[in-house]
Amino acid sequence: MSSDAMAIPSAKAEARPWVEVVHEWVTTVDHKRLGILYIVYALIFLVVGGIEATIIRIQLIRPHNDLVSPQVFNRMFTMHGTTMIFFVAMPVLFGFANYLVPLMIGARDMAFPRLNAFSFWLTALGGLLLYFSFLGGNGLYGAGNAPDVGWWAYAPLTAKAFSPGPSSDYWTIALLVSGFVSIGTAINLIATIICLRCPGMTLNRMPLLAWLNLVMSGMVLIAITPLSAAQIMLLVDRYLGGHFFDTLAGGSATIWMHFFWIFGHPEVYVLIIPCFAFMSEIIPVFSRKPIFGYPVMVGATVCIAFVSLSVWAHHMFTIGMNSYANSFFTITTMAVGVPTGIKIFNWLGTMWGGSIQFKTPMLFAIGFLFQFLIAGLTGIMLASAPFDWQLSLSYFVVAHFHYVIVGGILFALFAAFYYWYPKITGRMLSERLGKLHFWLFLIGFHLTFDVMHFAGILGMPRRIYTYEPRPGWGTLNLIVTIGAFIQGVAILVFVANLVYSYFKGPKAGDDPWDAWTLEWSVSSPPPAYNFASIPAVSSRRPLWDLKHPEDPDSRYE
Amino acid sequence: MSAVTSPFTERPLEWKLPYRGRVGMASLIVAESAIFTIFVVAYLFYLGKSVTGPTPREVLETPIFFTICLLSSSLTIHLAGKELENGHRKTFLILWTITIALGALFLFGTALEWRRLIYEHGLTISTNLFGTTYYSLVGLHATHVTAGLVMLTVVLLFGLAGRIGVDQAARIATLSMYWHFVDAVWVVVFTVVYLVGR
Repeated sequence: MSSDAMAIPSAKAEARPWVEVVHEWVTTVDHKRLGILYIVYALIFLVVGGIEATIIRIQLIRPHNDLVSPQVFNRMFTMHGTTMIFFVAMPVLFGFANYLVPLMIGARDMAFPRLNAFSFWLTALGGLLLYFSFLGGNGLYGAGNAPDVGWWAYAPLTAKAFSPGPSSDYWTIALLVSGFVSIGTAINLIATIICLRCPGMTLNRMPLLAWLNLVMSGMVLIAITPLSAAQIMLLVDRYLGGHFFDTLAGGSATIWMHFFWIFGHPEVYVLIIPCFAFMSEIIPVFSRKPIFGYPVMVGATVCIAFVSLSVWAHHMFTIGMNSYANSFFTITTMAVGVPTGIKIFNWLGTMWGGSIQFKTPMLFAIGFLFQFLIAGLTGIMLASAPFDWQLSLSYFVVAHFHYVIVGGILFALFAAFYYWYPKITGRMLSERLGKLHFWLFLIGFHLTFDVMHFAGILGMPRRIYTYEPRPGWGTLNLIVTIGAFIQGVAILVFVANLVYSYFKGPKAGDDPWDAWTLEWSVSSPPPAYNFASIPAVSSRRPLWDLKHPEDPDSRYE
Repeated sequence: MSAVTSPFTERPLEWKLPYRGRVGMASLIVAESAIFTIFVVAYLFYLGKSVTGPTPREVLETPIFFTICLLSSSLTIHLAGKELENGHRKTFLILWTITIALGALFLFGTALEWRRLIYEHGLTISTNLFGTTYYSLVGLHATHVTAGLVMLTVVLLFGLAGRIGVDQAARIATLSMYWHFVDAVWVVVFTVVYLVGR
């Protein structure tokens, strides 16, 4: 199938009947095509999750608004959170990892290509299951359709008495399926990175993107699985009459919180570590300097992964733990800031003294650095238990984690899109539209999420469908909603750029950024087999060595 | 296409990396361990918290014979792998069959125990917290034994068809890793349920 495709020039390939093309995409086991499928799938859900966010924001634009009912509002924030984490962030990061890791380590595919395809189609099933709840969730009269238990789904909200009908079962099964996907992909990435590196690529010479995805995969194995276990328990409770989270029979609602957050907090790092990986590839290239402190970067990442496994109960300060637990989780949470700070200094050290090129990927990368730092600082504030008692469950917390997820993860993802789009499609994204996208999104982001902090400090709780006209609340919420719309426009510019540049963008060539890692040594888009002959490398920047034979990196190793 | 000629000079290098099956299975085992950890934690956390009876002390009997069966199957599968590496296909098949028989015997033991608990003591998964956690934990393990038995049987069928030789030794070793893991988990479950939990 793919062996034919690579022999035929692309002009002829486009003339094939569409059934054949679709068949090729559905049956593909090629890591690049699966990567693209993951990314496109996630972008579709990004729009869906974005629409849900917009509904939430329109509802909150002024006091006593009645665009949606309280029940629908609950469904919107539940679906928004679940969609964005499990069906946008995870798949898009897995997509990039799938696409880039084999190319960067000089391999022809992932270690288990069929497991890879299986994982993608399971993700597709998971997303469909979650959204089918809008149609199929109405099992009992008056039971409601989509899940409305919040993305934590705290017990006893999920008990049969409070969630009649199958709506929250769609949530449970979609997340269980998504958990299996994560495990499959993590196994695949680990086996690929450990077993398929090209000759000469020792662990010490691996691109940081591969290193960080290795650490992320290790975290997935340990941290996503508790959620799967808890979901199995929840199914036992709901369908077999079990009592895990049934307080009347001696069960505990708190233990669900523990199981959920043992997954939930490391999950943030599972999402942000691949974004650190993008930064560690993009910032050096546009600063025209090799990464500063490579071994320290690897060490800090492993350190973050390790410490982040013991911070989960900082989400639970308000449920009333004893003072030893509060102190422990305060200290560990603050400790995560140390290796994270090391990474930020290393990126700054990379930029320091470099001849920085302010191309669109670099703009998003700088935005990431700035915003991720602020997100980290509000994180340190919330890590302190007494401060958390005051502001937990307020819009301050909402602002904090959106600063991480939008200001950090999404900005890093945009940087990655602008940086690798030429490799994936063979065409450059428009710089003009890209800069417009960046500035619009930056302004919208800050309007929305900076102002949300103030609403939180003024005492506005999260997850309320409307509010009284208290002093300041109306104005602040209006500004937040205006910011959300500006972000929406920026996303439209981005989508327009993706589509327009796919057809009209200037040809990229093999190596448009004058970069140093192996993916830029092959054509854009890469052939199905990636490398005609498997490369052999002798330093961290194989393409630098190739372009500068008079002064190769390998001389200094 | 320019990509057909690689810019990299091919140099002979001493380059050996681990077998992907081994690494993949090790990763799966790490993930499975985390799942079992959560179930074990739940079991221990809920010990003695049941509002109604029966309690573990009243109804559980230590399944020593069937535990010996399962643990010794680890030995037979290990020996089977060794025999295959040395090219003794017949002894491999015999030891492999014994492994399956021992695993099946263990499952039979679990079935007997569950039958006794359900019919004699009226303990089901919805009776009390002990029932919920006990059947979940032991059942999760039994599910893994069943999955293992299916895979072992597939190998046996291929073996009887004469398709398993020295070339497959690495794959057989990968499957053995899973089986050893299932046995090791039983040591933990046995300790928690039958020794600590009573």
